[in-house]
Amino acid sequence: MKIKIARYMSEEETKEFVTEYEVKFVDATLLEVLNEIKIKQDATLSYSSGCRSSICGSCSIRVNGREVLACMYKVKDGDEVEPMNNSSVIRDLVVDMDRAYEFNAKAKAWQSSIKNGLRLTKENQMINELQSDCILCGSCYSVCPVYAVNDEFLGPFALTRVWRYVSDKREDEPKEKIDTIQTNGVWDCTLCNECTLVCPQEISSKADIEKLRMKSVASGYSDPSFASFAFNGNSFDGSPSF
Amino acid sequence: MRSDVLIIGAGGAGLVAAINAHENGAKVRVITKEYPIRSQTCMAQGGINAALGNASDDSVEAHIQNTLKSAHGIANEDAVRLLCESAPDAVEWLDSIGVCFSRTKDAKIAQRTLGGASAARACYAQDYTGLKILHTLYDRCKALGIEMLSERYLLNLVTQRLDKADIYIGGATFLNIRSGEVETYEAASVIVATGGYSRIYDKHSTNSTSSTGDGLAAVIRAGARLSDMEFIQFHPTALKSSSILISESARGAGGYLLNSKGERFTNELAPRDEVARAINDEIQKGENVFLDIRHLGEGFINEELPQERKLAKLYENIDPVHELIPIKPVAHYTMGGIEVDAASQTKIKGLYAVGECANHRVHGANRLGGNSLLELVVFGRQAGVNAAEYAKTFDKEIDAKEQTQSDKNFVLGIKDFANQIDFYEKRAVIGNIFYNNAGISRDDIGLKEVLDKVYKIQKELPLMGPKDKSKTYNTNLVEFIEFSNMLELCEIVLVCAINRNESRGAHYRSDIPQQNDKAYKAHTITYKEDGVLYADFVE
Repeated sequence: MKIKIARYMSEEETKEFVTEYEVKFVDATLLEVLNEIKIKQDATLSYSSGCRSSICGSCSIRVNGREVLACMYKVKDGDEVEPMNNSSVIRDLVVDMDRAYEFNAKAKAWQSSIKNGLRLTKENQMINELQSDCILCGSCYSVCPVYAVNDEFLGPFALTRVWRYVSDKREDEPKEKIDTIQTNGVWDCTLCNECTLVCPQEISSKADIEKLRMKSVASGYSDPSFASFAFNGNSFDGSPSF
Repeated sequence: MRSDVLIIGAGGAGLVAAINAHENGAKVRVITKEYPIRSQTCMAQGGINAALGNASDDSVEAHIQNTLKSAHGIANEDAVRLLCESAPDAVEWLDSIGVCFSRTKDAKIAQRTLGGASAARACYAQDYTGLKILHTLYDRCKALGIEMLSERYLLNLVTQRLDKADIYIGGATFLNIRSGEVETYEAASVIVATGGYSRIYDKHSTNSTSSTGDGLAAVIRAGARLSDMEFIQFHPTALKSSSILISESARGAGGYLLNSKGERFTNELAPRDEVARAINDEIQKGENVFLDIRHLGEGFINEELPQERKLAKLYENIDPVHELIPIKPVAHYTMGGIEVDAASQTKIKGLYAVGECANHRVHGANRLGGNSLLELVVFGRQAGVNAAEYAKTFDKEIDAKEQTQSDKNFVLGIKDFANQIDFYEKRAVIGNIFYNNAGISRDDIGLKEVLDKVYKIQKELPLMGPKDKSKTYNTNLVEFIEFSNMLELCEIVLVCAINRNESRGAHYRSDIPQQNDKAYKAHTITYKEDGVLYADFVE
């Protein structure tokens, strides 16, 4: 079986090329194959990995143009492997996630009110159970067409994280977070749903963004692009409809 | 680049320490070789113990007694009492900062039974307990504006020596993995929270490839002590072909262990050391061993064990709803670690340790499931507070020039190693012989054979080295340094295991199967002087 891997190295001079590797494997994950290549064939191949069980979010990567976790993806002959999009490549398949992770702080994705003893029901807890499964692998930033053209867009996982805290019954001050996501936030999303399709945890940031839009409207905000189209800019009935 | 408190490692222990040091007024810097959210803590599935009594009758005293019993006589009762008495408050704190624990119908935190526990005591968030705790701690650190630096690999601690007995900490040196440069970060106090060393078993471990014991190796080189290094927990149920963990909660919920004949052969909810040995005995008899959770039903498996189903499908091509899961026991948690006092401090002033890399003497010879997430909150808080307090009165000079230069030379020099022997191959060899001879069942001859092999490979190190000579993001280089750290620890584990001529908890000697309290109800302490390893027993 042959696979092609995009290589990138910037040291003294910048080199970009593709290496084809031949590996003997049946029914193996891409991470197992990468490990085998590194150990047996080419020690210079660089990639990130950790837990092998799709929970640490280290090995997100693109295969044939699609975001996957290397530890979850079964390799096929002819696969073309590349680093994630929209984050700067450090070397080969390794991208710098610092910038993307900073959006969690920009979006104030944390619980602001700390207090003891609030009893959550099972129903309360189920509201954000899925969103708190996020492993921050970054696949959604790689595929996001808005982040690709607006590098100030807060982006899918940060907005999902905002929903995770805004929807939490323990949070007393959700308004502050809603205020934060009005610019380069919920209204910039095109609802294309690409983030949902690549999420290894089956989270839909698109759906979370829609819920945040409703919360925003309930807090008195409106879609700025809709407002500019509308006569007087305020003939808005309260529910975003596109 | 000075901070008050430098925290090395950004798993649960490091982040709890960071939050507490910050809240005690310290300027905190956290440095990790990965990104914080990629740390080993995210892999913890089962839960965090606290005697809340939400699911069945329970008491703090029962938690204490279960922990002491499982520790086989070498836990410190005061430390265990502190751990268990602080547990309800620790869980309440996690709940207050937003951890999404699963809930009961009457709006309480849900709890389940893990091995060796007399009650349903482990608070959980489906089988994502560690993930949700780690990410919530990370979000809290961001909220507090705590500085976190990623992808920097610990090389050595910076120590200052006033005289032989009086050493204090001054910071640490790191390899910036991205740039390839050596960086020095000075600090009044340092907390090591770098995780365990289960990866000495290489592929025979449930752990992330990062659990290479870097912090322990740096600490013993710097002159502090390690203890109880021979005690390594084997988790009974990892997937047979990949060593991927299947949580104990699967057995807690009623899963069976079966041999090839379809017979049950042990009490599935005994402590891990006993269950792992029972499985190992079956495997030695030529049996295959399986975990059977089919009778729990699809609905329950989807709700409580979603990760397990996904991983069994991916790695074993079986669906646990309808099929048996092939399993084997593999290295999972290292009870041994950096020796600390009741304030989480080491022999080096201002140097603290917490989490799996440390030995707070609460797990003894065998850790109970659900006590490690608890440990990192209780002692992470203690280490953070104490390191911040220490830093407030720190008034000594720090001179890191010598250590920095030495480590720069080391990183440059390592690339000139001969490269005649492949270290990846040796890493796999060590993993295999450790699993076979220094694993679940050990004996004197086998352990000594492995020690000979380790000495031989240590001598060959200069003939190995990284093949990749580049500066930028050289994971080949990092893995080589990790390997040399692991070799240091391998020697220590073996010396301790050879010296302990008895069986106790996870340290099972097939040639001496009895526990001998008269001679060995004690902790194994190891340290180095002028590069020579010493081992003693202390009460």
